[in-house]
Amino acid sequence: MKQARPLTISGGMLVSPAGLVEGAVRIVDGRIAAVQSEPQDGDDVLDAKGQLVAPGLVDLGVFAIDKPAFHFGGITRAALMPDQSPPLDLPSRVNYIAKSGKPDLWVHPLAAATRGLAGCELAEIGLMKEAGARGVATGRKWIADSGVMLRLLHYAAMLDLVVVTHAEDAALVGEASATAGEMATRLGLPSAPAEAEALAIARDIALAELSGARVHFRQVTTRAALDLVRAAKGRGAAITAGVTPAHFMLSDLATAEFRTFARLSPPLRSEDDRQAVIEAIGDGTIDVIASGHDPRGPEDKRLPFADAEPGMAGAETLLAMTLGLVRDGVIDTARAFDLLAGNPARLLGVEAGALIEGYEADLCLVDPDKPWIVDSAQMAATAGNTPFDRQPTQGRATRVIKGGVVL
Amino acid sequence: MPPDRFPAGRRAFPHRDLLGISRLERHEILYLLAEAEQWVEFNHRSKKRSKALRGLTIINAFFENSTRTLLSFEIAGKRLGADVVNMHAAQSSVKKGETLIDTAITLNAMRADAIVIRHGSSGAVELIASKVDCPVLNAGDGQHEHPTQGLLDALALRHALAERGEASEDFTGLVVTICGDILHSRVARSNILCLTALGATVRLCAPPALMPAGVEAMGAAVFDNFDAALDGTDVAMMLRLQTERMNGQFIPSAREYHHLYGLTKHRLDRCAPQALVMHPGPMNRGVEIDSDVADMLDRSIITQQVEMGVAIRMAALDVLTRRARGVAGWNDGEWL
Repeated sequence: MKQARPLTISGGMLVSPAGLVEGAVRIVDGRIAAVQSEPQDGDDVLDAKGQLVAPGLVDLGVFAIDKPAFHFGGITRAALMPDQSPPLDLPSRVNYIAKSGKPDLWVHPLAAATRGLAGCELAEIGLMKEAGARGVATGRKWIADSGVMLRLLHYAAMLDLVVVTHAEDAALVGEASATAGEMATRLGLPSAPAEAEALAIARDIALAELSGARVHFRQVTTRAALDLVRAAKGRGAAITAGVTPAHFMLSDLATAEFRTFARLSPPLRSEDDRQAVIEAIGDGTIDVIASGHDPRGPEDKRLPFADAEPGMAGAETLLAMTLGLVRDGVIDTARAFDLLAGNPARLLGVEAGALIEGYEADLCLVDPDKPWIVDSAQMAATAGNTPFDRQPTQGRATRVIKGGVVL
Repeated sequence: MPPDRFPAGRRAFPHRDLLGISRLERHEILYLLAEAEQWVEFNHRSKKRSKALRGLTIINAFFENSTRTLLSFEIAGKRLGADVVNMHAAQSSVKKGETLIDTAITLNAMRADAIVIRHGSSGAVELIASKVDCPVLNAGDGQHEHPTQGLLDALALRHALAERGEASEDFTGLVVTICGDILHSRVARSNILCLTALGATVRLCAPPALMPAGVEAMGAAVFDNFDAALDGTDVAMMLRLQTERMNGQFIPSAREYHHLYGLTKHRLDRCAPQALVMHPGPMNRGVEIDSDVADMLDRSIITQQVEMGVAIRMAALDVLTRRARGVAGWNDGEWL
């Protein structure tokens, strides 16, 4: 599927790096040829009818390639976590994954940092980079051995690959499935203190500063850890932080009655931590909002809470939940798409995620006010494990354009 | 129906299942306790066979090993005249996962009239209850709840207080200290909920590693010094400490635990005069409780707890099967 004729999208509000501007975008040969241009003779013309013309979402850190869900959510690129079966710890696997979504979805594999994601021996990161890896990830777990982590960061710094890490102190977490506090105590769930996150982040910030590596904390969900990230960024450390909508929309109250769709990793936190995440999105401490898309069927979720697998199907709700922050005045629309597309694209080093001339023409048309109700039984994803079931929300991608082709 | 004080226009016990004390209102707890009284008396007879549940099938599905609770439920069902079947899932190769739901569906297909479940994971009994059509009784789920234990402890306490002439409907003004592995204890959780609902003041005592975070929010005061926790208390309820937690993981050793948290005669003197001693069993004599305390006839009500367990379980099985048996007055209204 290649773009046959030039396409001009007119009549929309362009979400450009400078903010919202009325105008048109002209796309030629799959790339953005001109921003704020007029259609030329022979162009196909798409009337945006006043909707947002936004960059396609770049979803940093998904666990499954789920095209219908990504398409629904306006996601044109997804960085796949190495936690696959088998894990992405060999160049051949990375190479296969890098081609797997084309042409209508680009998948950027994140190479496993260690063999088998066991946290012990470095995987062939250099060869995996050449095979198409756009970053390195520790997987669902933290690398507990600080020596291994430092060597990994030195190596990744040499290769200029971002290291995506999961930040929970492994020994403190153990088998916990909840955050220590009233809710976990009432439910009798094995729990770990929220400080497990700050501990892990404190170490990894120190190692990042020591090694000069770019470290991206995929999810930062507690006030204490966000304070550490804020301070380190103030010193100029090359670190970035992400979060998923679950941690700014929900607290651990959502786990009441053992709802396994709210069993996440890291687990849902206290209301105070939820507020801290919203503040951190507002003040720029958080750089990326991602879906963490991890569709799980009943065999993984219809279990006692602690026995269920963590994770949520998040691709379809990512955009709407983030636009909720715009409606609440936490961020503006341009910043929302920095969090959803611009920043993750920069971290992965791909020319996409923003309306900039020469960039890949990955766009979506968004009706930011379109109301809809999340329904776990009617989702495009391969499983409907959303903690937002039955929640009324607003904002929908109405068209997705990948490489100049309207999907 | 025996008399009880539940709010006018409300049903005495509108629940299909008994999943946890947390779901019960105070008047519902009092109703179950009142219903149990007839069975306490009944169990003193020489012929202990009622026909109340004749023809009904009760399945005791125990996914975790148990001796006393299983026996207590089995005796309760049999004395009510029901056909009781025990399923020892812990001994078969039942795995977790879909199998748990499949097991629930299987039990349901056998048309049991009530299912009693014990499972090692918190919330597992609620999950099964959502898949079956008959009343489900929680006989202990993970570290969550053990509601019949909470109720039987309240009944035993009520009888002990009545015997010494302090009969009262609830426990207003009474101070109860629960000591031991609160973190891993479903007995503690059900007792905190039940005792506070009935007006008692609850103190919890454990080394910090065995005290769950945020438990104060359940309405209990938290102590790590046993002597301070016992000061003036009316009831000392000791919890069992699992052997595997005594050897350096949570506490350094059994003897150190006994030194700091063992209930000795000397420590009992710190409590209110005539304070009562309770333990859900099985006891580690010489660890959390000394034998000479456990065996004090005038103070220890540990065997009465076991006795009341049968009566409470009879009451629960009776009340929960009334709709299925077509007992007058129990056939309308939605389940909660």
